[in-house]
Amino acid sequence: MANKLIKQMALPNSIANIFTARNIITAKDALSLTEFELMELLDVGMAEVKSAMAHISEVVCPPCQTALLLMEQRVRNETSAGHLPTRLRGLDEALCGGIPFGVVTELVGPAGIGKTQFCLKLSLLASLPENCGGLDGRVIYIDVESKFSSRRLIEIGIESFPEIFLKKGMAQEMAGRIVILRPTSLSEFTESLHHVQVSLLQKQVKLLVIDSMAALVLGEHDCGASRQQALGWHVSFIKSLAEFSRIPIVVTNQVRSQIGDEPLTYSFQARSHSIKKEDPAAYDSHLVAALGVNWAHAVTIRLVLEARSGQRFMKLAKSPISPPLAFPFNITSSGLVLLDDDGIEMKGSEINTIHCQGQNALFNSEW
Amino acid sequence: MEVGMLPISASKRGKLLAAGYTTLHSISRASPSHLATDIGVSEDEACEILKYASQTSSMDPSIESSNASTLHGGQTAWTMLNEEKFATRITTSCGDIDNILGGGITCKEVTELGGVPGIGKTQIGIQLAVNVQIPPEYGGLGGKAIYIDTEGSFMVERVLQIAEACIEDMSEYSHHFHNNVQDCEVKLHPNSILENIFYFRVCSYTEQIALVNYLDKFIEEHKDVKIIILDSVTFHFRQDFDDMALRTRLLSEMALKLMKLARKFCLAVVLLNQVTTKYIEGSYQLTLALGDSWSHSCTNRIVLFWNGDERHAYIDKSPSLKSASAVYSVTTRGIRNSNSSCKRIKMV
Repeated sequence: MANKLIKQMALPNSIANIFTARNIITAKDALSLTEFELMELLDVGMAEVKSAMAHISEVVCPPCQTALLLMEQRVRNETSAGHLPTRLRGLDEALCGGIPFGVVTELVGPAGIGKTQFCLKLSLLASLPENCGGLDGRVIYIDVESKFSSRRLIEIGIESFPEIFLKKGMAQEMAGRIVILRPTSLSEFTESLHHVQVSLLQKQVKLLVIDSMAALVLGEHDCGASRQQALGWHVSFIKSLAEFSRIPIVVTNQVRSQIGDEPLTYSFQARSHSIKKEDPAAYDSHLVAALGVNWAHAVTIRLVLEARSGQRFMKLAKSPISPPLAFPFNITSSGLVLLDDDGIEMKGSEINTIHCQGQNALFNSEW
Repeated sequence: MEVGMLPISASKRGKLLAAGYTTLHSISRASPSHLATDIGVSEDEACEILKYASQTSSMDPSIESSNASTLHGGQTAWTMLNEEKFATRITTSCGDIDNILGGGITCKEVTELGGVPGIGKTQIGIQLAVNVQIPPEYGGLGGKAIYIDTEGSFMVERVLQIAEACIEDMSEYSHHFHNNVQDCEVKLHPNSILENIFYFRVCSYTEQIALVNYLDKFIEEHKDVKIIILDSVTFHFRQDFDDMALRTRLLSEMALKLMKLARKFCLAVVLLNQVTTKYIEGSYQLTLALGDSWSHSCTNRIVLFWNGDERHAYIDKSPSLKSASAVYSVTTRGIRNSNSSCKRIKMV
């Protein structure tokens, strides 16, 4: 839309020629200048600039829809009104059906907590036929850290859906729908994204998993402006991919330790004096999601996976449609299993904190 | 130079200066034909220049206009007082926030709401888009909403939840105050609430600017729009902008246009903003994004933040409201006052 050519916008010839003469070819060029600057550049009066810009704006402007129309379209055209059911009842209820289409869902948590396991389960669910609750489509799995295990995938499949997977040839077909890409650098990843964009339109891809985003970005640049810029471009691109193809995109993120004990505050907030320096357990519990606050704003749904006193929790830290709930879970041979479907409502900013306590106790659990 | 203020093309301005017309005063004293021959333009164009000159000079406080009783385009403070007293407001459904805002989000003004991710900015935006439609019998404006989504965070399921809760609240209200059972039937259906929200999905800053330009025409055609919500104004301006000065200029132009829309059509403009960290006074602090120059652009600025376990809304900047903060909560029914007791919310 932004790259629409001005000469194709049916402006009166006189003004259209002036635009071209001053090298303002696309709508983006024109809209990147203020009206005063345009007046100076094109040497025409303000009224003419205003009417030309009004015309260009109308052409470039996105179409208007009512919220009702949006809802009806989704109910009519998409599975489960635009959601990928995760088979975790509590989570599906909280998310009004499952992982929503068209937005980026983030999984963040410390190492070994179960992010990749969840991604494997989701990939499987997306490839299942619709009568089994799946999306009956292909999955593109971008595996940066080489964590994808086909053996584990088939194991989850056999344990969770024995009626499908033990049938002859079904395992091969389901696994055959999952395409794994292994980019080794950010530039390779960018290239893969462009290929993904093409195949999204052609090959019925229904889910994109990026595991993990943090590994790609953090390994590459030094911190600071260039990394923020690279990440910014990727964020916009991934979001627009999700939107236009109306598929769910699941991205995993890592954690890093937070510098300093106090959370960041605004200048008008009084500084709190209750610093927990005496509490030794507090030292290992200050983890935050990597990739910064900009990324945190960009994702639509954030699922925080953490371990507290030996029990793993999945928290709905950021979601426009659900209250802040935490579900205890375990990892079994059939993937993730919620221990409590009602969830515990977390008060306050506790929903955002990430704990990694009692990690050793986790190795004594079932899987 | 004063001639530089005229909205005319650069070449005409150059001709005026070359002919010796450096001040607006000198232009306004000339006759159209005289001006035309002096600078070598047609009489029509000279008339236009004179018209601009007289408009601009009447707004310039340094020029004494002894014959004008009211300056062109001006209002006295007394007339504005009446307007401000009866200015329409849109409730946020949280009594505490409404109290610190003097009743709700004010129409004819641009209000900025900013906060960390997950604090509830989109929730407040959706709540306002529903509340603006509350019919006048229940104390609302009965208007429509424009929701401009730059991040894709507008989830229709949530709008439905909030709309249904709003209608239930209205029925309860009418049960208390109206005896006639017929009147209790609220004529609104959740679908009609959804129908009155005009949704635009913006994918780049170019589209964002184009849309703000186009809104003038759109609202002329849909005169009952009473609120514009931009969620969020920051997203597209944060990435791929190398030229910060250009960004500031574009943002201030956009803010001015939105302010003009607010005043012209008597509607409320709500801009949602993100946060960033800034190194102030020896430590990192949170501050709203888009920089210092942007912070001047909006009339009112409300910061949403966590204080312990509660969500607070703090009036950071307002010409007429006191700096105060209120506690609110986000529930399945939308934005509400916060309760002190903790309840377990079960998803139905």
